[in-house]
Order: sequence, then structure tokens, then C-alpha cells
Amino acid sequence: MSEKRQNLGRVIFNGILTENPTFRLVLGTCPTLAVTTSAINGLGMGAAATFVLLGSNVVISALRKFIPDKVRIPSFIVIICMFVTMVQLLMQAYLPSLYESLGIFLPLIVVNCIILGRAEAFASKNPVAASAADGLGMGIGFTLALTLMGCIRELLGNGTVFGTSLLGSSYQPMLLMILPAGGFLVYGLMLGIINALSNRGKEDAKQ
Amino acid sequence: MNIFLFMISCILTNNFIFSKFLGCCPFLGVSSKVETAASMGLAVTFVMTIASLFAYAVNTWVLVPLHLEYMQTIAFILVIASLVQFVEMFLKKSMPALYSALGIYLPLITTNCAVLGVATLNVKEGYNMLFSVLNGTFSALGFLLAIVLMAGVRERLESSKIPQCMKGFPISLVIAGLMAVAFMGFNGMV
Repeated sequence: MSEKRQNLGRVIFNGILTENPTFRLVLGTCPTLAVTTSAINGLGMGAAATFVLLGSNVVISALRKFIPDKVRIPSFIVIICMFVTMVQLLMQAYLPSLYESLGIFLPLIVVNCIILGRAEAFASKNPVAASAADGLGMGIGFTLALTLMGCIRELLGNGTVFGTSLLGSSYQPMLLMILPAGGFLVYGLMLGIINALSNRGKEDAKQ
Repeated sequence: MNIFLFMISCILTNNFIFSKFLGCCPFLGVSSKVETAASMGLAVTFVMTIASLFAYAVNTWVLVPLHLEYMQTIAFILVIASLVQFVEMFLKKSMPALYSALGIYLPLITTNCAVLGVATLNVKEGYNMLFSVLNGTFSALGFLLAIVLMAGVRERLESSKIPQCMKGFPISLVIAGLMAVAFMGFNGMV
């Protein structure tokens, strides 16, 4: 029993760090770049994607023995779509301002490669509990990455984090950072930094 | 709105990659060679044009009269998936040369967010049929322009010295950022 629990923990950890969807697998780049103009948008997008990932992974893994192999991709998309529509309706009802600022990227979670990728690579081959853990881990990893990027871009471009001013009124905001160009630049540089850190970690391990 | 102005703004100022972030996955994934990038761009143009027409038709004549607007996402993705399948079968039968040129890129388009994005945007902006189709075609041409430019730069990168940690995706993203800055220059034009 304890061994199994450890496994689930490892699956979650795997999604958060070792195979972080944003920084390690570089999947789902469109929402990553588009919604991270502020930390709160990043967090909202991450939470919505986590809900969809968790739900679709559980359902797909529960139905994995009933879905014929030939029509599995369309079936996965319909299941994912169902959860996306649920998130859309819930967010429209309870968080209308977030719903407005995420705009078309909320329905576009359907074609987010992370979700279909996890369905194909993990949920269609593994039991329900492990798939749920995988969905949760990947979702948390995605959320953390988006929130981090949102914080950096909001801080540089607006001088605030989650709406609170951190750099004082004398700070001249770098408007470029919250424009599309800044999204590409921040994401590219962060990937570079993370690669450099993990390369150094590997060299340390060798020595 | 002036139609000509609308077409230009779809390609340059409202470029799908550089100002709307739609279709970034193929933009980064399939841009290592100019030829493959061009075929991907052409395939996307083809599918986006037809998809905006069909999505418009499904939305206006099926979803709205039946008050099923909340089914929009699921209806659009099914339309796109079956359309891609249909286009694939049609090309295989009647234009095998084009089919083999597009190769594996055709099925990949189903999960390209630019296609679903353009269908959703058309409804959101309330475009009529002509503008929906124009938006589909010319936004896709903007995507074609972006991915071919990117592939041109990346072919050059192969022979240049890049720090180990920036190889691959990081440097591509930084280049995309610089290209986005360049495209911001078009803002004053329209």
C-alpha cells in the first residue's frame, strides 16, 4: 500500500518538476504566451486547465477499455470538450471578469496539446488513480509555470504583482513586456535559464 | 470596414502568431526548414478558409436557431476534425501530388489552435459570411508569412554559435520576440 502511495506521489511530482509541461516539454505554448500578461490571468488559466486535465484524465482512463482504438482521438476530444464547456459556463457565472480577460483562450483549452497529449500518453494506458495523479501534477506544473511567467511580465511591464505595486511609483514600466513581443522574449529567456540550471545540475551529479 | 484594409490588417497588424498567439505550436515545431514550413502554412491556409465558412454556416443556421450556443466549442471542433478528414480523403484521391507534399501536416491541423481560434473569433466579432471567410484566408496567409520567415532565420541559425543552454526552443522564442517587435512597426500603417 505504501509503495503505491509513493508511486502516486512520484507521478504528481513528475508533472510539477521533472516533466513540467511548459518548461520541459514545451507544450501548450499558445495560452502560455497569450494569457500571462498578469499573474492573476496566468493563475486563472492554469486552474481552468488543471480542472480539465484532471476531469478528462479520469474519464478517459475509466473508459479506456471501452473506447475502440480507431476512434480514440475523436472520443478524447469530445470528452475534453465537455469539461472545457463546463469550465466556460462556471467561469462565466462566477468569475465574469476573468472570463472576459481570458477571452478565446478558454475555449481553446480543447486544442491545448498538453491535455490531448496526456490523454494519449498516460490516461489511455494507466488506471484511474494514477491518471488522476498525472492530471493533477501536470495541471499544477502548468499553473505554477503560468503564474511565474505572469508575475515576471506583470512586474516588469506594470511594476505590480497580483495588482499590488512592488517597485514604487518611480519605476518606469517596460511596456514591451506585457505586449506580445515580451511574452516570446520572457518565455525564451526563462527556458534558457532553466536549461542552464539543469545542465549544471547534471554536471554536478557526474562529478 | 474597407475590405482591402481588412485583408492587410489580418496579415500584418493582427498577425495570428505575433499579436494573437494562435498557432504557436506548429510555428515553433515545424519551422526548421523553409520547404516544410511553407507546406504547413499552405495546408493551414486551405483548412482555415474552408473551416471558417463551415463554422459560420453551422453557427448561423444550426446553433443559433436552436439556441445551442453553449455547444459552440464542441460543434466547431467536430466540424474541423471531420473537415480535415474529408480534405485528406479528397486530396488523396484527386490531387496525390499535393497530398504527398502536405504529408503528415494535414491531420495535425485538427489540433492547431489557429483553426478553432479563427472560428471562435469570427463569431465573437460578429463577422458576416464574407468577412469570416476573408478573416480565415488572410489570417492564415499571415501565419504562412510568419512561419516561412521564421524557418528562413532558423536555417541560418544552424551554422551559428549559440550558447548550449539557448539551443532549440529558447533561441527560437527570442527570435520570435524580436520578429514580433518588428511586426509592431506595422501598427501605424492601418
